[in-house]
Amino acid sequence: MRITCPYCGARAHEEFSYLGDATVKRPESIDEFSSKAWVDYVYLRDNPAGLHKELWHHSAGCHAWLEVTRNTVTHEIVAVDYAAKES
Amino acid sequence: MGTLKVMRYSFASLITNALTGNRNWKPVWREPEPKAFYDVVIVGGGGHGLATAHYLAKQHGITNVAVIDKSYIGSGNIGRNTTIVRSNYMLPGNEPFYEWSMKLWEGLEQDLNYNAMVSQRGVLNVFHSDGQRDAFVRRGNAMRLYGAGAELLDREGVRKLVPFVDFDNARFPVRGGLFQPRGGTVRHDAVAWGYARAADQRGVDIIQNCAATGFRIENGRVVGVETEKGFIGAKKVALSVAGSSSRVAQMAGMRLPIESHAVQAFVTEGIKPLIDTVITFGAGHFYCSQSDKGGLVLGGDIEGYNSYAQRGNLPVVEDVAEGGMALIPAIGRLRILRSWGGLLDMSMDGSPIIDETSIEGLYFNGAWCYGGFKATPAAGWCFAHLIATGQSHPFADAYRFDRFVSGRVIDEKGMGAQPNLH
Repeated sequence: MRITCPYCGARAHEEFSYLGDATVKRPESIDEFSSKAWVDYVYLRDNPAGLHKELWHHSAGCHAWLEVTRNTVTHEIVAVDYAAKES
Repeated sequence: MGTLKVMRYSFASLITNALTGNRNWKPVWREPEPKAFYDVVIVGGGGHGLATAHYLAKQHGITNVAVIDKSYIGSGNIGRNTTIVRSNYMLPGNEPFYEWSMKLWEGLEQDLNYNAMVSQRGVLNVFHSDGQRDAFVRRGNAMRLYGAGAELLDREGVRKLVPFVDFDNARFPVRGGLFQPRGGTVRHDAVAWGYARAADQRGVDIIQNCAATGFRIENGRVVGVETEKGFIGAKKVALSVAGSSSRVAQMAGMRLPIESHAVQAFVTEGIKPLIDTVITFGAGHFYCSQSDKGGLVLGGDIEGYNSYAQRGNLPVVEDVAEGGMALIPAIGRLRILRSWGGLLDMSMDGSPIIDETSIEGLYFNGAWCYGGFKATPAAGWCFAHLIATGQSHPFADAYRFDRFVSGRVIDEKGMGAQPNLH
């Protein structure tokens, strides 16, 4: 499996560290600490068979965080984007 | 659709059939069409689902049961693991459960009247540093508190068991090991066949090539399963589909604390007897045993990213080979004949779930990470207890969904909510 880093080009996936699902949202407020929103954010995942948006860190490369859209059944990578799109 | 005439296996039946040209062996289980209604429908005919059916029938007298599977019996994880059984856990939520599983393994063949080749050849975890030794002492003591048995071996003790390991490896010298003599291996697909046969003999219908396609839920209560062979009504539905839990549970509207990952296993060409125990490397992820055919069975880390492909990638192949070479240089010229992958439910704390769900009558068994095989008998035992009585079995009482809300997670490795690190 090769991931095309927008900075470094196509690199073997051993250069990257995997964090997981990129679609989970951290709750805005700490007041929600005991609430369902935090349980959802920390523990619950859609875990789809098919396209999955996920965070990879180019840890043995440029150290960029990337949002990769990958098919979990075929390992085909259909898109790679910066994780922090506004910057 | 009467019950199959029971053939009990014995020395006498072996001799009789050998003398009559092996023409009179009977099918091991029936192949019935599904009935319209069952007391319990178990979704997933792997080791766990079949064990659950067996113990439902045997321990609880519930025999109006169907086990449905999307493929044939033995096609999934029960036939894809590295056959190792052990109860070398440490945390209070885990160790009593796995020790009960070990006790059930010890009596399995008599219980099922089936040769599952249970071989208590021991499991040896070597260590390479003082800190690792201290951690293993602690683990060994926890095991002994629960009666699992554990021996701390020094270098000479390890040398007696496995003289061929690289004791003086420059980076990771072997300082000793923690040995569980009662651990070992079990012929994995024979476990599926043995449980299937035993359950079938008590009247359980095993329905192969019959994928679940949906659940019928009325007023918060499950009333049956939609399948490729039509609707099957049920008082209770039990999910036992580890590897695909999220996909199946999604059909009931559930979202789980699970990621699916793949793990690989490897078999080398057959060689003369070399390794008569199970040995694990302490400085990397590598474990190894020798099958009765002579091949070395090797395994290592999970792939590390979400996957529903029943195969892995090359970096883990390399990593396993490197671990093997660091521990047992003598295997360097062996050729790997086969490799394959299986799907895992990696849970957020690395521990399993056996629990009821928010849908009445729908029960869940899964999240076994890479450790489901050794748990097969106790998982079946405890899941059957839950389905039959509505109460968690004391050995599985910690394996509940609400631990992720209460914070009472069972994180044997101390990695946090990061499934690929467990």
